[in-house]
Amino acid sequence: MSTPRPRRTWRKPPAIANPVLRYSVFVLVFAYLYWAIASLPFNWDRIVQGLPRAVRIFGSAFPPEFARSQLMISGFTESIQMAIIATLVGVAISIPVAIMAARTISPRPVYLLGRGIIILARSFHPVIVAIIFVKAVGFGALAGILTLVLYSLGFVGKLLAEAIEEVDYGQIEAIRASGAGFLKILVYAVFPQILPRQVGLSIYQLDSNLRASAVVGVVGAGGIGGTLMNAFRRFDYDFAFAILIVLIGIILVSEGISGRIRRGIA
Amino acid sequence: MLKITDLTKRYGNGELVLKGLNFEIEGPGLTAIIGSSGAGKSTLLRCINRLVEPTSGRIVVDGVDVTTLRGRRLRHSRRAIGMIFQGFNLIDRLSVMENVLSGRLGYVSFAQALTRRYPQDDVDRAFSLLERVGLQDYVNKRADTLSGGQRQRVGVVRALMQEPKILLADEPTASLDPKTSQQIMSLTRELSDELSLPVLVNIHNVHQAKEFSDRVVGLRYGTIIFDGTAAELDDDALDRIYEGTAGRGEQGEEPVDDMAIDTRGVAPS
Amino acid sequence: MTRARDASGVSEPYRWQRYTTAERLGRFLIYLASAAIVFWALRTLDIFWPWVWSAPAEIADLFGRMTPPDLRRGDAILRAMIETIHIATLATALSLLIALPTAYIAAQNTTPNSVTLWIGRFILVATRSVNTIIWALLFVAIFGPGVLAGILAIAFRSIGFTAKLMAEAIEEIDRKPVEAVTAAGGDKGKVLLYGIVPQVLPTFFAVTILRWDINIRESTVLGLVGAGGIGMILQGAIDTFQWQTAATVLIAILIVVIAGEVVSSALRKRVL
Repeated sequence: MSTPRPRRTWRKPPAIANPVLRYSVFVLVFAYLYWAIASLPFNWDRIVQGLPRAVRIFGSAFPPEFARSQLMISGFTESIQMAIIATLVGVAISIPVAIMAARTISPRPVYLLGRGIIILARSFHPVIVAIIFVKAVGFGALAGILTLVLYSLGFVGKLLAEAIEEVDYGQIEAIRASGAGFLKILVYAVFPQILPRQVGLSIYQLDSNLRASAVVGVVGAGGIGGTLMNAFRRFDYDFAFAILIVLIGIILVSEGISGRIRRGIA
Repeated sequence: MLKITDLTKRYGNGELVLKGLNFEIEGPGLTAIIGSSGAGKSTLLRCINRLVEPTSGRIVVDGVDVTTLRGRRLRHSRRAIGMIFQGFNLIDRLSVMENVLSGRLGYVSFAQALTRRYPQDDVDRAFSLLERVGLQDYVNKRADTLSGGQRQRVGVVRALMQEPKILLADEPTASLDPKTSQQIMSLTRELSDELSLPVLVNIHNVHQAKEFSDRVVGLRYGTIIFDGTAAELDDDALDRIYEGTAGRGEQGEEPVDDMAIDTRGVAPS
Repeated sequence: MTRARDASGVSEPYRWQRYTTAERLGRFLIYLASAAIVFWALRTLDIFWPWVWSAPAEIADLFGRMTPPDLRRGDAILRAMIETIHIATLATALSLLIALPTAYIAAQNTTPNSVTLWIGRFILVATRSVNTIIWALLFVAIFGPGVLAGILAIAFRSIGFTAKLMAEAIEEIDRKPVEAVTAAGGDKGKVLLYGIVPQVLPTFFAVTILRWDINIRESTVLGLVGAGGIGMILQGAIDTFQWQTAATVLIAILIVVIAGEVVSSALRKRVL
C-alpha cells in the first residue's frame, strides 16, 4: 500500500560540533601528554629499583614502632599548640583584611590593597612560606606559627570578604538611615550577618592549620613534621609509620569534631 | 519641614529618573506618593536621607540643606529622618530590642553601640513604643522569628526611636498580606497623628493611598503630574498617572483590595 | 528585660540586657576556657621571645636581600616552572583514573557490597589525610628523587579529594532516571552510562578543574623534598643564600599560581 519509508539514521551529536576543532582537541591533548612525558626527566634506572625498595621499606615499617612515644607526644603537642595560636592570630587579622577586601563596603584603593594581601597570602604553599620564615626567624615553632597565620589570613580573609560582599544590603541601608557611621554599620549590619560564617570558617581553619602544622615541620618550622622528616632521613620507617598512623587518626578526629560543630551552628 | 527644589537624579549615564521635582511638606499629615514601578518613588525617598545621591537640586529638611552635607553633619541630619523599608530591613540575627535600639545609633557613642549599653531614656522609649505597637512580649526574640506584620512594626518602632522630624516609608506594605498591610497603614496613620509627625509614604495600592492619606502626589516618569488631596484623586487623575505605564499599580489586584476593604476596622493589636 | 511593678503600682524603670545571666555566664566560661588554652599553648611552646620581637626586622632584612630579583637564571626557572605545571597536569589525569572507580565503590548507592564500600572509604580517608609533601617523602624513598615521585605524590593526595566529591555527587543524584533506565531493562553498565554519568558530569569537570588549580600550588613544594619541579631551584637558591634568585622563583610561582587560577575559573565558566 504505502511506499516504504526511507530508513532514518541517528547518531548522538558530538559534544564539539565542528569536526576540525573536535579532532584538533584530541590531537592537542595527546601532543601535550607526549610533550609532558617526554620532556620530564625520569630516571628509569632508579625507578625500576623502586619495587624491591618499596617492599623493603614497607617490610621495615611493620610493625610500626610506638616505643618512642615521648618524642611523638611532644611533637604532636607542639603542632596542636601552633595550630591554636595561629588560628587565633590569623582569624583576628583576617577580619580587618576581609573588610578591606570587600568590594561593596570599601573604597577602591583599600579594596585593591586588601585583595592584594589575600592573593599574596594564598598563592604560596605553606611549606614555601615556612622555609622563608625559618630563614628569617630561625628554626622552631615561631616560624611555623607565622606561616600558619599567613595561611589562615589567606583562606579566612578570602571567604570572609565574599561573605561580606553577599550580605543583605537592605540591613546596611536601614542602619545607615538611622544616622550611623561606618563602624556602627559594621557592628550592627555587617557582623551579625557574617557571624555564623565567621565561626564556621574559624573552626574549619583550626582543622586545616592542624593538618598544615604537621607539614611545615618538614622544613624545620616546628611540630610533628620535623620528627617525621627525621625518621624518614634516618630510615626509621617503623617510627615514621607510627607517626603517620597517629597523624591520620588525629586528623580524622579533628575533622569529625569540626564538622560536627559546624553543622551545629549552621 | 521638607522643601524639595528642582531635584534631579540620574544613575550613571542613564536617563533621568527624577526630572526636576518641586514640592513641599509644611506640617504633620500623611502624604502618599503614587506612581507605577520605575516612576522614581524609591529614588525620591532615598534622596531625602541621601542613601541615594541627588544629581542636582536642593533638599531642605527642617531648615537644613541636606544636599551638600558630609560625614558627621550628614549622619546628624539622617537622625531627624526616620525610614521604613519595603523588605523591613531588620537585622535578622539580632533581637527585637537590639533592632529597635539601633534606631538610636545616630545618637550613642560607638562604645555604647558595641556593648549595647544604651541610655535609660532610650530603653524606656523602646519599651513604651513596643508596647504601643503590641510587641512587648517579643523583646528578646530574634527578629527573623517574627511574622511579616510583626517585623514591619519593629521597623516602624526603630524609625520612631530616632525621634524623627519626618518619617519616610518606602512601600511599607508591599511585602505583606492584605490584612496586615491594612493594619500597618492604619498604625502609621495613627502614629502620625499621635506624634504630629509628617509622613511620606511610597505606596503601590491606590485604595490605601486614598484611604489613609491627607495628600497624594502622583509621579510619572520622574515628574509630578498630580498633587492634591485624597478626595481630588479621581479616575481621571489616576488615568493620567498610570496611563501607558506598566499598569495602574494595584488595578490588576482588585480582589486583594476588596479583601482589604472587607477587613477594614481590624485595629492593630 | 521586663517591666516590674511593685505592690504600690509604681512602675520601676525598664531594664534591658543583651543576654540573660545564664547566657552571660556561659559566654564567660567559653572565653575563660579559650584563654586558658591559649595561655597553656604560649607557656609550654618552645618560643624564644627575643626572636619574636626581632622577627619584623629580620623579615624586612630578608626582603631587603631579595631585592632586586636576579633574573640571570631565568631560563632554568622557566623550564622548572613548565615542569611543575606538567607534574600538576599529569598527576591530575592519573588521579582521575584511580579516583573514578574509587568514587563508584565509595558511593552508597552504587557500591556492589559493604566490603567494597569500606575499601572505597578507606582509600578516600588514607589518601586525603596524608599531605602531599609526606607522600612525596615516601615516594622519593621508593623511586628516588625525581619527577615520578612528585607526580605520584600529587596524584595520590588528589585521589581522596576527587573521589570524595565525586562519591558525594553520585549519592546525591536524582533516583528517577536510574529507575527509568532500570525499568527499560538496562543492566548496571547501562544504568551507569545513562542514569548516573550524565548527572555527575558537571561535578566531574568542576572537581577536575578545581583540583588541577590546587595541584599547581601543591607541585611548587615537591622540590623541597627532592620530588622535582620549581621547588628544587628554590631550595638550592636558599641553601646557597642566593636570595635574589629565590625572589625570582617566588615571583615566578606567584605568576603561575595566579595564571592557573584565572585559567581554571575561565574553564569553569566554559564547561558549566
